[in-house]
This record gives sequence, C-alpha cells and structure tokens, in this order.
Amino acid sequence: MSDAERKPVRSIQTPMRLTYHYTAGIATSRFLHGIAEGRILGQRCPVCTKVYVPPRGSCPRCAVATEEEVHVSDRGTILTFAIVRVPSENLDVPLPFACVHVLLDGADVPFFSVVQGCPLDEVRIGMRVAAAWVEPDRLAPTLQSIRWFEPTGEPDVPFDQLREHL
Amino acid sequence: MREVAIVSFAQSRHARRDLRNEVEILLPVVQEAVQRSGVERPFDFTCSGSTDFLQGQPFAFVLALDAAGAWPPIAESHVEMDGAWALYEAWVKIQTGQAETALVYSFGKSSPGDLPEVLSRQLDPYVVAPLWPDSVSLAALQARAWLEKSGRSERDLAAVAARSRRDAKGNPHATVAGDFAIDDLLDAPYLASPLRKHDCAPISDGAAALVLVAGDRARQVCERPAWIRGIDHRADLHALGARDLTRSASTRIAGEKAGVARRPVDVAELHAPFTHQEYILREALGLAEDTQINPSGGALAANPMMVAGLIRIGEAARRIHDGSARRTVAHATSGPCLQQNLVCVLEGE
Repeated sequence: MSDAERKPVRSIQTPMRLTYHYTAGIATSRFLHGIAEGRILGQRCPVCTKVYVPPRGSCPRCAVATEEEVHVSDRGTILTFAIVRVPSENLDVPLPFACVHVLLDGADVPFFSVVQGCPLDEVRIGMRVAAAWVEPDRLAPTLQSIRWFEPTGEPDVPFDQLREHL
Repeated sequence: MREVAIVSFAQSRHARRDLRNEVEILLPVVQEAVQRSGVERPFDFTCSGSTDFLQGQPFAFVLALDAAGAWPPIAESHVEMDGAWALYEAWVKIQTGQAETALVYSFGKSSPGDLPEVLSRQLDPYVVAPLWPDSVSLAALQARAWLEKSGRSERDLAAVAARSRRDAKGNPHATVAGDFAIDDLLDAPYLASPLRKHDCAPISDGAAALVLVAGDRARQVCERPAWIRGIDHRADLHALGARDLTRSASTRIAGEKAGVARRPVDVAELHAPFTHQEYILREALGLAEDTQINPSGGALAANPMMVAGLIRIGEAARRIHDGSARRTVAHATSGPCLQQNLVCVLEGE
C-alpha cells in the first residue's frame, strides 16, 4: 500500500491517571473540622479586621497571615443571587434553583451556596436565611454537610446596611 | 543594559511533606523577602513560577497571589516554569523601562502526587509519555552514558552526594543533611542503575521569593546589592534521543552569553537534581577548580520543584549580600536530563 492510499492516523489512545493526596492546609482543615461539628469557623485579618469564611490562612487584600479564629453564625443575609436554569451534569440539584452569596452574621465576605425552601420569585437581596445541615450523624469535614440555605422568616435587612459588602 | 540587582532573598524550610496550603507556605517567605528589601509595596511588577501538575490543583498560582499582596490589582505574570524563569521575565520587564522594582516568587508542593510519575507528563505526549518513563529512569540513562564516556565511577557520584549533604548541615532550609561515608552510600541498592537514592534530589515542598531593584535605588535600599551582570537561557532539543546526553550545549551557550568566564567565579550554585549532572554542568560552564560548588548543599539537599532554580539564584545572591563572595554564578534547569538551562552571573561592587 502506498502512503497516499493509507488513511491518516486520526486518533490514539493514551490513558493517563495521576493520583493525588490532597492536603487542605492548616486554616481550611480547621474550618472543615468545624463543619464536621456543625460549626462555621472564620478567621480575622489582623490589619483590616475583615473576617474570612471559609478561611485560607491569609488576607488576600493585606497579604498577611490570619490566625485569630472567629465563630461565625450559620445564619445570614442574601447579598446577591442568581436563578440557575442551565443544567450541569456535575450538579445534583433540580432546575431551576437559586444560587446565592450569603453574608453570614459575623463574617465580612459572603459564603457561596444555594437556597431552597421558598418559591424562587421570593428570593431577594436582604432576605434572611439559615444553613440546613445534614442529619447530625452524617456531619463530615466537607461542605456537603450544609445541604442548602433556607428562609428564616426574619424581617429583611435594609439594602443600605448591605451596601458596603456588595 | 539597565543595571538590576537582587536586594533580598528568602526561602521556606523545605520539608518532605508540608501540610500547609501553598499560600500558608509562601506568605511568610514573601513577607520576609519584602521586609528585607526595604522596598514598599506595591511593586511595579510581580512574577511567579509554579505548575499545577505537582499538587493536582488547577490554577494554584492564582490562589497563591493571596500571598503577593494583589490588592489593589497589581501588574503580575506567571510562568509554568521554575521561578528562575520568572526572575528572567521580571528582569526583562525592568530592562524595557516598565518597572523599577519587582517581586519574584515560586512555590512547589510535590508531596500530594508521585513526583517521578508526574514529571513523565512533560514528555512528548504521543510517543514518549504513553510509556511513562519516570524522571529517575531518564536521569539514569543519562548517568550511564556519562559514566561510560567520562571514565568516572559511581564513587565519584557518591562523592558529590556526600559533599552536598555535608555542606547542607549549615543550611537550615535543607530537606537532607548530614555526614555520610561514601562506602556506606555505595552499599545502598539502586533506584535505577547506576543511580541510588543519594544520587537523586529529595522530594521537597517549599517556596522562595526575592526582590529586584534597578539602578541607584538598589544602592539606596541594600548595602551590598547582588548585581545581575549577565543572564541567558537556552533549551536543548526535546527529543532525548536527538541529544548528546553527556553534555549540556544549552548550558554552555547560556554561560557564554552570560559572561561566566570573563572573570573568576567565587561560588557557583548549580541546579543539578542528580549527582552526575553536577559534573556535566561544571564542564559546560568551564568552572575552575577553585570555584566553590553548591555551598548550600544544592538541589541534592533540597529540591522543591519549580523553586530549586530560583533558590540557586537566591543563594548566589546571598553570598554577595553577606560579603563572602564578590562574583557568583547561579544555574537553573528545567525538563528531563537538563533539557533547558538558565545561567545568571551576579557581582558585588
């Protein structure tokens, strides 16, 4: 067979697999251990005093280590939200759903999660929500321990009080 | 050519396995380098070197920016290379006149993965990488060819390991240090003949950072600035079979361009992750017998991937900062079997 008659090679199979043993780091490990106990832990920046949650051991604005640990409430206020109508094969939530930034009481940066437990057209900035945890015997060092956030029924927080956190 | 100096350098203690995240490792190192530099943030330019393959965490270099002081937004760049090449980019940036000060850092966390396997992924993806040749086996091919050609012995290789580990006793950042008898080292089993464990750099997690400043401002902030008098980098062919593995043409040319031979060299910090490579590099750079090689212990004492080359430059600068050397040479390598090489000549005044 001449070269002209051969079909070009269009594909080869080269399976590749690398295994990694992840280490969360000091700050995130403490946070995840807290989650396994049903508590949310943040860290305060010694310079700008902002409380970060989840903490990564540093303040990205000030470039200093954060060491002071702060207990943060599992209740908070919706800072912004989006109604998601696009399916993702990696996400096991029925469409449509609301993804939210929740400013937990005692934190200065919002926490990313989803909201369930109310009609989507009721989700709004300023709405008070609380974490819905998994059953106590299923708590583990993973954010899957928080199923979602749901409304508390408390009065809304006025927009002006949230302005600086947007 | 614009005068550029290294005015400060800092590095972590390079552990076999560091349980901190990359920012937790990097932040104190960057803080130390910045503090010692006498330069106030923000830097005109920031450049880093790392690769996500090591820890298997995508965009780790973006997370690492938390350690750099990236707010308000800074001018920064990243190379998927050893931090020595990040220094090169920063040096070029200063040459263009777009910056007068630069922060350079790199980090590497190899412990989450199987490093020799991970490094096999940098090879030709169609005909070489599918065979999974690990980094130690490839270095052993080179070592065997070099031993045969040079007439040297495995005892000569062990001598490099023993000297490096002994010198590393004075290096608080080292992963491996101590007194080892050459005969004892030679009793150890082969990892990949002719290489034994002591012939291979340890696997280390770590970080390093340094500050570059141009011209008279460097003289103002630093008592003895380490001036970059020459810097060049070159790459050999990527196909291992197409190269003469027993010599390093890219190092030789980079050394010539950087002006290594113009004057005597007090100290050379060579990035040789395998013992035989130190001999190849010495020859390529034409270093004299009285040049002290790797007083830090070199990569054989601590080898955080993507950092060990920048550390060579930092160690070479440190000798000028502390007044113990007047002219030093630093070398960094990247890729299998010394594929790509950078040479930097530093001088005091």
